[in-house]
Amino acid sequence: MNQWTELLKMDDIPQLGARVLRTDTMDIAVFRTAQDEIFALQDKCPHKGGPLSQGIVHDNTVTCPLHNWKIDLNSGEALAPDVGCSHRFPIKVENGVVYIQLAVESAVA
Amino acid sequence: MKQKLILIGNGMAGVRTLEELLKLTPDLYDITVYGSEPYPNYNRIMLSPVLAGDKTVDEIVLNDLDWYKDNGIELISGDPVIEIDRNKREIKTQSGAINSYDRLLIATGSNPFMIPIPGADKQGVIGFRDIHDVETMLGAAKDYQNAVVIGGGLLGLEAANGLQKNGMNVTVVHLLDSLMERQLDKPAATLLQQSLIDKGLQFKMQAQTSAILGEQRVEAVEFADGSRIEADLVVMAVGIRPNIELAQSAGIHCERGILVNDTMQTFDPRVYAVGECVQHRGSCYGLVAPLFEQAKVCANHLANYGIARYQGSVTSTKLKVTGIDLFSAGDFNEADGDETLVFQDPAQGVYKKLVLTDNRIKGAVLYGDTLDGSWYFQLMREGTSIADFRQSILFGQHDLGDAGHGDSKVAALADSAEICGCNGVCKGEIVDAITKQGLFTLDEVRAHTKASSSCGSCTGLVESLLASTVGEGYDAAPSKKGMCKCTEHSHDEVIRGIQQQPLKDMRSVFEFFDWKTEDGCASCRPALNYYLLANWPDDYQDDAQSRFINERAHGNIQKDGTYSVVPRMFGGLCTADELRAIADVSDKYNVPEMKVTGGQRIDLFGVKKEDLPAMWKDLADAGFVSGHAYGKALRTVKTCAGQNWCRFGTQNSTGLGVKLEQLTWGSWMPHKFKMAVSGCPRNCAEATIKDFGVVCVDSGYELHVGGNGGIKVRITDLLCKVETEEEVLEYSGAFIQKYREEGHYLERTAPWVERVGLTSIKQVIVDDPVQRKALFERFKHSQQYAQVDPWAARAEGTAAHEFSTIRIA
Ligand code: SRM
Ligand SMILES: Cc1cc2nc3c(=O)[nH]c(=O)nc-3n(C[C@H](O)[C@H](O)[C@H](O)COP(=O)(O)OP(=O)(O)OC[C@H]3O[C@@H](n4cnc5c(N)ncnc54)[C@H](O)[C@@H]3O)c2cc1C
Ligand code: SF4
Ligand code: FES
Repeated sequence: MNQWTELLKMDDIPQLGARVLRTDTMDIAVFRTAQDEIFALQDKCPHKGGPLSQGIVHDNTVTCPLHNWKIDLNSGEALAPDVGCSHRFPIKVENGVVYIQLAVESAVA
Repeated sequence: MKQKLILIGNGMAGVRTLEELLKLTPDLYDITVYGSEPYPNYNRIMLSPVLAGDKTVDEIVLNDLDWYKDNGIELISGDPVIEIDRNKREIKTQSGAINSYDRLLIATGSNPFMIPIPGADKQGVIGFRDIHDVETMLGAAKDYQNAVVIGGGLLGLEAANGLQKNGMNVTVVHLLDSLMERQLDKPAATLLQQSLIDKGLQFKMQAQTSAILGEQRVEAVEFADGSRIEADLVVMAVGIRPNIELAQSAGIHCERGILVNDTMQTFDPRVYAVGECVQHRGSCYGLVAPLFEQAKVCANHLANYGIARYQGSVTSTKLKVTGIDLFSAGDFNEADGDETLVFQDPAQGVYKKLVLTDNRIKGAVLYGDTLDGSWYFQLMREGTSIADFRQSILFGQHDLGDAGHGDSKVAALADSAEICGCNGVCKGEIVDAITKQGLFTLDEVRAHTKASSSCGSCTGLVESLLASTVGEGYDAAPSKKGMCKCTEHSHDEVIRGIQQQPLKDMRSVFEFFDWKTEDGCASCRPALNYYLLANWPDDYQDDAQSRFINERAHGNIQKDGTYSVVPRMFGGLCTADELRAIADVSDKYNVPEMKVTGGQRIDLFGVKKEDLPAMWKDLADAGFVSGHAYGKALRTVKTCAGQNWCRFGTQNSTGLGVKLEQLTWGSWMPHKFKMAVSGCPRNCAEATIKDFGVVCVDSGYELHVGGNGGIKVRITDLLCKVETEEEVLEYSGAFIQKYREEGHYLERTAPWVERVGLTSIKQVIVDDPVQRKALFERFKHSQQYAQVDPWAARAEGTAAHEFSTIRIA
């Protein structure tokens, strides 16, 4: 079932920053870009599991804090030449409030 | 309508100009290229490896026909241009075709000089310039036995080596008594000649060729003294002449080459020229590095940017003969007042010579061990004073200390030798990636293999591997390095812009310097944040999102995503109450491990991020502030027991350490900064490997600067000696401030001192009390804003979002 869950106000995420959503099974990083686009990825770098939420956000990319892999926020894919993918979650903003779809969560847990 | 650009000469300089132009403005011109050779653009340098059988012709093509097509460039090859009509702005080709231009670029290269002696026109007498010559040589090697190469310079020796590898019996004839006399001095030339003899080449030195004998084809070479050598092939490699015939006949002013100004324009402003055919400020060049610089400048003007200037080049030479390491740069002849440094080890076949004028390198000749060639060349081009490391310069850059890394002679290493210790990358993997993926730059190697992408101590090794694998095709570090991929501007340019424009926030920097990315990247943003903060302490609003996570969360992130907490212990001193408070905090927050650090304080590992603010509050209540163990900032001031207890102590080293730490804690720096105070020259606090170290002596205090433990150990330089504690404080603050204003982000004081030179630092800090005091005042001013304990602030709620997670209701 694709259900939208309300998360928080967009303004509670710093621009070019992230917040961590803690669920029972995993952490999810919710990013906000300079253009106020919002993205959600599992908070786990495809390299060695670094917390992507703690990285530096630039354009639509986050640089992992542990060993500098760059992850595309849109797709969750590592930028070439690195290879790997962090699971991404559908997310939307309505009236300044951020919603996420967690339905697929069990599939990746 | 687009303007029309015609390029005459489909060679290395001309086509490089087009590449640079397309990067700037892909659509400005309709471009037509005329080339006399029936090939697309190829790497002429690599003709030597092709002749030696190490490469094929296909492998040295730089731009194939698809490249021309994809970029909308018309290539007319095999039909040379024979006339330029500047009035009509037209060119005419051999086949009679006519084409008009708005701008014309001449890049006709040069021709081999053929000595005008009887018989020079016989079959089997050639130069060494293009694919056709190489094919002629390879053909001759199949059918004939004896070759004579006239000319013992770079080209001649490479030709001789190649012919010999193809089974010919080769004699090199040279007019003088010493090979490569323009690049090598006598001792190096002697070593070179000996190793070439060992490889099987024969030499006839001090010999003047007088005639070439034979019927239709050459049969022998005759010399002025009457002697002869049998020859079925003669390669003349005695020099090149700029190919100016076409330009000259069009009335374009030429001397030895086509005259151009600093914008690569000829006397006719519509006509540009680049490459070996030009003469600029009296010099004609015969190597690609200067031609590529010319290409960049020329493209800038063709694109109507109009800002670049070509100011001449300093060149260096390497010989491409496998098994021979030879490097030469600049002028190695001593003039009056010059000095010479020489290192000689005949048993190892190593010879190094540097010629100095006023402690600056003027020329270098290296034989047998050329690993440091690019370092000397850089010091030479940048005119760096080597006064401070003169004693050790001949032992190479790595001798400046590197904890066992950076072994020289990369080429000799086995494929399984580990090059990058951080990422476990071996030589074989790197060489493989370079050849299979066609990598040319350090950045590409970093991206594909991860080698040199972490601590960077192996960068020199990786660069040597690149150079030895791709030869001269390797894009040696440009003389000016951009900060990161987001900009071509260097750290220095950006710092100057921030100070002088002035620029006071990050968006203004992006705009002013025309950043290539919207938001910068993880490498430039922290640097800019620091530069802005250091220069405008009272105006600039610190940007947390541009800080690496450690400085945002005020702890060191660890491999499992937890953090470490290191409270400051001024001078390493502590009380029972403080230790008790740390123990209590450790119990309360279930700290899994505690450790005494190398910086004389206690590290609490494995703390969950959300516990940090509460833990800091407890520590603040006990009187602790952050130790900044995570920051590009003042770390620790290490002290020893000193006068209070130690039987040898001469001063109160512990107390002075505490004062130094109280003065400087909280200050943001280009990189981390460590200090120490030792109570006597036994130096128990290891002051001589710190960024700023004090060694107390009976009569006062020795101040030492620029030390480093870590990756590349560097012993401090003595800055000066002072008599009072007040002076120690003032000198340290002034030194720190100079480093804060000039250092590049992530450059520790050790490389900074080496870059700017100890002398220039002494001039300001030691010799000029006015500047020293001004620096110290600026330091104290910025400390007003910096000495706010970040932990206490966060314990009270600053940046709370950083530490809390979102929970779904
Ligand atoms: C905790 C400590 C090791 C210990 O248990 O003793 C330590 C731990 C780290 N050091 Fe260190 N260094 C520690 C003393 C040192 C020392 C010794 C000293 O200061 O006397 C050195 C050599 C001296 C020097 O710096 O000149 C040292 C040279 C380095 C280097 C190499 C720096 C260099 O310029 O070559 C790095 C890498 C870097 O900074 O880029 C580094 C980096 C690190 C980092 C921050 C790695 C990182 O980037 O995450 C480590 C954090 C571990 C963690 O999870 O908390 N650490 N590190 C020491 C903390 C001292 C303190 O109280 O603040
Ligand atoms: C064997 C060899 C080894 C070398 N090794 C090194 C080295 O190790 N390092 C180094 O830095 N340099 C080396 N060089 C020198 C380097 O190759 C040259 O400096 C460089 O190629 C010069 O570039 P250019 O564009 O000026 O001339 P070229 O590359 O020679 O290009 C000029 C082109 O113009 C064409 N042309 C001339 N007249 C006309 C016309 N009228 N119409 C149409 N086309 C015309 C020519 O046929 C030629 O293709 C080497 C050269 C050779 C031959
Ligand atoms: S603490 Fe220092 S030496 Fe130890 S692993 Fe980490 S960076 Fe390396
Ligand atoms: S864990 Fe993310 S880069 Fe290594």
